[in-house]
Amino acid sequence: MTTPSTGTRATRALGGSALGGVGWLLAFGLGFSPSDRNQAESVRILYVHVPSAWLAYLAFVVTAVASGVYLFSKRHALGWDRLAGASAEVGVLFMGITLVTGMLWGRLTWGVFWEWDARLTTTAFLFVTYIGYLAVRRLGGTHEQRARRSAVIALLAVLEIPLVHWSVRLWRSLHQEATVLRPDGEVKMDGLMLFSLFVGIVAFTLLYVWLVIHRQRTMAAEDALEDRGLDAALAARRAEATTVEVG
Amino acid sequence: MAGLVARKDLRVEGRGRVALNQVLPFAFIVMVMFAFALERLPTPANTGDTLLELVAPGLIWLATLFSLLLLVQRSFAIEADDGALDALRVAGVDPVALFLGKASALAVQLAALEAVLLGAALLLYGTELRAGGVVLLVATWLTATCGLAAVGTLYGGLAAGARGRETLLPLLLLPVVAPVLIGATRAVEAALGIEDTAIADGWPWFGVVAVFAVAFGAGGVLAFGPLIDE
Repeated sequence: MTTPSTGTRATRALGGSALGGVGWLLAFGLGFSPSDRNQAESVRILYVHVPSAWLAYLAFVVTAVASGVYLFSKRHALGWDRLAGASAEVGVLFMGITLVTGMLWGRLTWGVFWEWDARLTTTAFLFVTYIGYLAVRRLGGTHEQRARRSAVIALLAVLEIPLVHWSVRLWRSLHQEATVLRPDGEVKMDGLMLFSLFVGIVAFTLLYVWLVIHRQRTMAAEDALEDRGLDAALAARRAEATTVEVG
Repeated sequence: MAGLVARKDLRVEGRGRVALNQVLPFAFIVMVMFAFALERLPTPANTGDTLLELVAPGLIWLATLFSLLLLVQRSFAIEADDGALDALRVAGVDPVALFLGKASALAVQLAALEAVLLGAALLLYGTELRAGGVVLLVATWLTATCGLAAVGTLYGGLAAGARGRETLLPLLLLPVVAPVLIGATRAVEAALGIEDTAIADGWPWFGVVAVFAVAFGAGGVLAFGPLIDE
C-alpha cells in the first residue's frame, strides 16, 4: 500500500532540480563569485535577496491573474482560487526573505537596517497587504465564499499597491533631497556575479513552482476533506432522523 | 435607494448615539494622548512652532484613521445583528445603492468627527488657521472623507459577520489608507502654513487624495456586490 502524497514523479524531478539549483547557488554565491570592491563580502547576500524579491513579485502577479480568472471565468473553477492562495503564501515567504536579507545587507552597506526609500516602504506595504490577504482566506465559510472574497481582495490589492507606491515616492522625493546609497544605483557587474545571480533566479523559480504545486495539492486535499466531513455529518443527521421516525 | 440606506444609518446613529458618545470621546482622548507623548520634546530649531504644532496635521489624520476603524465596525455591526444585511439584500436593495448609502452615512459622521478633531488641534496644540488656506483645507477635508468612507465601507462589508473581524479590519484597512494619510497630512500642512509651506505646494497632495477617493469609490461600486453576496 502506498502512502497518499502530493508528490508525483514530475514534482520529484522538479524538487530535485530545485535542490540542485540551490546547491549551485551556494557554490557560486559563496565560492566562485568574487567579492565586491565597495560592498566586500556583503554582496553575497544579494544572490539571495534579488532572486527572492523577483519571485515574490512573480508570485503576487500569479495571485492577481489567478484571482481574475476565477472571478471572471464562467466556470469559477476552485483550482484557480487555490493557485492564487498557494502563490500568495509562497510570495509572502519570499517577500519575508527579501526584507530580512535586505535589512542585513543595508546594515552592512548603508549602516542602517531601514531607509525610508520608496521601494523599501512599498515592499513593506506589499508584505502586510498579502498577510491580510492570507487572513481573509482563513475567514471561514464555504469554499466558494472564500474564493470570491479573496479574489476580490487580491484584485483590490492590485489597485492599492500602485497608489501606495506613487504616494510614498512623492512623499520621499518632495521631502528628502538625497538618500544614502540608492539600492537601484547602476552597478557595473562582474560576469561571474551576474551568472551567480542568474543561477539564483533559476533555482528560486524552480523552488517556487515546486512549492506552489505541492501547496495547491495540499489545499485541494484540505477542501476535499472538509467536504467529506460535511457529507458525513449530513449523512449522520439524516440517519438519526430516519431512526427517530421509525422508532 | 442609496439615500434611504444613508438615512437609515444616520437614524440608527441618532437613536443609539454610539459615534457621539463613544467614538468622538475616543478620538479626543487620542489627541490628548499624542500631546502626552510629544509635548515635552524640544522644539526644532529655526522655527517658531512647537513640535506639536508641526506634527498636528499628521496627528489629526491619525486620530481620524483610528476612529474610522471604530465607525466602520459600528456601521457593519448594526447590519450583522439580526441578519439585517441579508434582509436588505433579500428585500432587493441593489448592492451599489447599499454601498453608496452606507458610505455616505459614514462620510457624514467622519466629516463631523474631523471637524471636531481640527477644533481640538486649534485648542490643544496651538494650531492656527490662515485665510488663504481655507479652500485647500475644506477641499482636502471633504475629499479625504469621501475616500476614507468608500474604502472603509468596502473592507467593512468584507469583514462583516466574519469571525475575528475586529482584528482583521485594521490589518486590511490601514495599509490601504496610507496614501490618504500621506496626501491629506501634507495638504493640511500647506493649508495651515506649517514650516512656511506655500499653499500651492499643497494642491498636488490634494491630487493624491482625490485620485484615491475616485479609485476606491469606483472600486467599491464594482466590488461591494461580490464581497457581500453570499
